[in-house]
Amino acid sequence: MEQRSLAEVRALVKSHEKPARTGRKLGEEIFFRSLMNIASVLIVGVMGVILVSIFYKGISTFSWSMLTEDMGSGFYLNRGGGIKNAIVGSLYLSLSATLLALVVGLACALCMNVYMVKFPKLLNTARFLLDLIWGVPSIIYGAFGFSLMVFFGVKTSLLAGIITVALFILPIMIRAIDEVMKTVPTGLSESVLSMGSTRSELSYKVYVRQCFPGIVTAVLLAFGRAVGDAASVLYVTGENSKTPTSLLDNATTLPVAIYNQINSPYAATQDKAYASAFVLTLIILLISLLSRYISKRYQKYRIY
Amino acid sequence: MDTQAMDAKMGAGGSAKPFEGEGIIRVDNLNLYAGKTHILKNVNIEIPKNKLTVILGPSGCGKTTLLKCMNRLTDLTPDIKVSGNIYIRDQHTGELPVFGAKTDIVALRRKMGLLSQRPFPLPMNIYNNIAYGLKLRGKYTRAELNDLVEYYLRQVNLWEEVKDRLRSPAVRLSIGQQQRLCLARGLAVNPDIILADEPTSALDPVSSEAIEKQFAALSKDFTLVMVTHVLRQARRIADYVIFMYLGEVIEMRPAQEFFEDPREEQTKKYLSGAFN
Ligand SMILES: Nc1ncnc2c1ncn2[C@@H]1O[C@H](COP(=O)(O)OP(=O)(O)OP(=O)(O)O)[C@@H](O)[C@H]1O
Ligand SMILES: [Mg+2]
Repeated sequence: MEQRSLAEVRALVKSHEKPARTGRKLGEEIFFRSLMNIASVLIVGVMGVILVSIFYKGISTFSWSMLTEDMGSGFYLNRGGGIKNAIVGSLYLSLSATLLALVVGLACALCMNVYMVKFPKLLNTARFLLDLIWGVPSIIYGAFGFSLMVFFGVKTSLLAGIITVALFILPIMIRAIDEVMKTVPTGLSESVLSMGSTRSELSYKVYVRQCFPGIVTAVLLAFGRAVGDAASVLYVTGENSKTPTSLLDNATTLPVAIYNQINSPYAATQDKAYASAFVLTLIILLISLLSRYISKRYQKYRIY
Repeated sequence: MDTQAMDAKMGAGGSAKPFEGEGIIRVDNLNLYAGKTHILKNVNIEIPKNKLTVILGPSGCGKTTLLKCMNRLTDLTPDIKVSGNIYIRDQHTGELPVFGAKTDIVALRRKMGLLSQRPFPLPMNIYNNIAYGLKLRGKYTRAELNDLVEYYLRQVNLWEEVKDRLRSPAVRLSIGQQQRLCLARGLAVNPDIILADEPTSALDPVSSEAIEKQFAALSKDFTLVMVTHVLRQARRIADYVIFMYLGEVIEMRPAQEFFEDPREEQTKKYLSGAFN
């Protein structure tokens, strides 16, 4: 190859060239593009059907009293009452768990990206392990939390639920933040350090700002998992037909309430499950909108 | 330690001192390995205080690596081994080793600003980019901060361009403006030494000239160490030139001598454009 002139090599490459976008190439492109389109339509369609049916059926069975009344003793038996206790329980549980996981997760992600740069092998191992843990089903966390509680002889409570859920969403939080922090340009860290900033200043004044939109996304992702997950808390929070007033009270969450409503023998109660799902969806929607608004305000400062 | 004793000491260890007066950085037998690659080989140089020293050399000869050693940015790279040392001279404490178990890296870096090839403003607004550096080192009132921010922005001829949008994100500035902002930010930390790695290579001719003029002016009050590939730029502003080749320092001379009467074979070849 060395001895050939550039013209010769160009002629060689040209002789191998396939026609652009004709024949098989064009067919391939049409095939894959239609596959993509079908997939998009399917996804959007299925999501749409779910959302529309939740909204449609939910709104028709929804009543404001559901938001203001606790379940009381006979909710699942169609004797009136609302889901206030489950809404508040879910919010307490998932907001606190998300906050807890954020504090710990942010520190971990910062540690990985600011302090551990010298040890890439250790870092890779940590990432690999976190990805593994991410895949562990939430019921395992619930069972683990429950067996710990049995071992220590602790009663079910909101607090136990918060800790369990925080543990369950922690790997999601860490890895989601970590992925964003990986994109911080080395040059930015170098400039900041060379001004005589400490690593913690680099972390909290620069990394957190630079990655703020990503951190918000991570929080959203983790909150979504926390608020929607029924399995991990089934055993650890117990159930409570009233709104919890302390961390040591039992608590019912919305997903568990929905599950119980669907299992109720009364059709009217089963229908109310849609109203509860509607409320759950609204909560997630509100939180998403809020976080988008917050992250937009910081997006514009991002260095790239 | 008085200056003379220190000079004598600096003269030892085989370090070349091709200038009169006070040196501020002394590189002593520095070797650097990345993995198994020997990148810096037995580097012995001294850098004069409050002068502009330019580091020249073909691409890949270790200029950036040498600069990064001076303020320990090498700490960020895994698998780097260093032997020998670099000493920063300080009026009060004598010579401060750069690589040492007891070295206060933060204090060291405050003495040395670094301007990189590509500007990296902080993810904040223009005002806070400057204020950040000031606030790192002390407490100021709002009014004092305002004054200082304006002063440093004027220093780099940026004030007129940005005075109406101090609160807008720094990334919205053009690359040339960003580089000037980074220089102002570096000055605001109040270092004694400014290291610059091809600070004008990403800039248009006008911004490039602005930075170059800044550097020439700053060399009265600061010790400047600048890497550049632009020989004409080096000719225009350098007081001293260090020429590196394949990880070794080939020669260090006063700029005029260096360009008019290069001693070593590689230098002659480099100056005649044989490596480019
Ligand atoms: N982390 C590293 N691992 C391995 N090799 C490295 C590493 N960093 C730098 N090198 C090598 O060290 C040599 C010197 O690199 P350096 O960036 O200092 O060159 P330079 O003189 O600044 O070049 P340029 O003028 O192109 O910027 C190069 O051959 C480079 O490939
Ligand atoms: Mg370089």
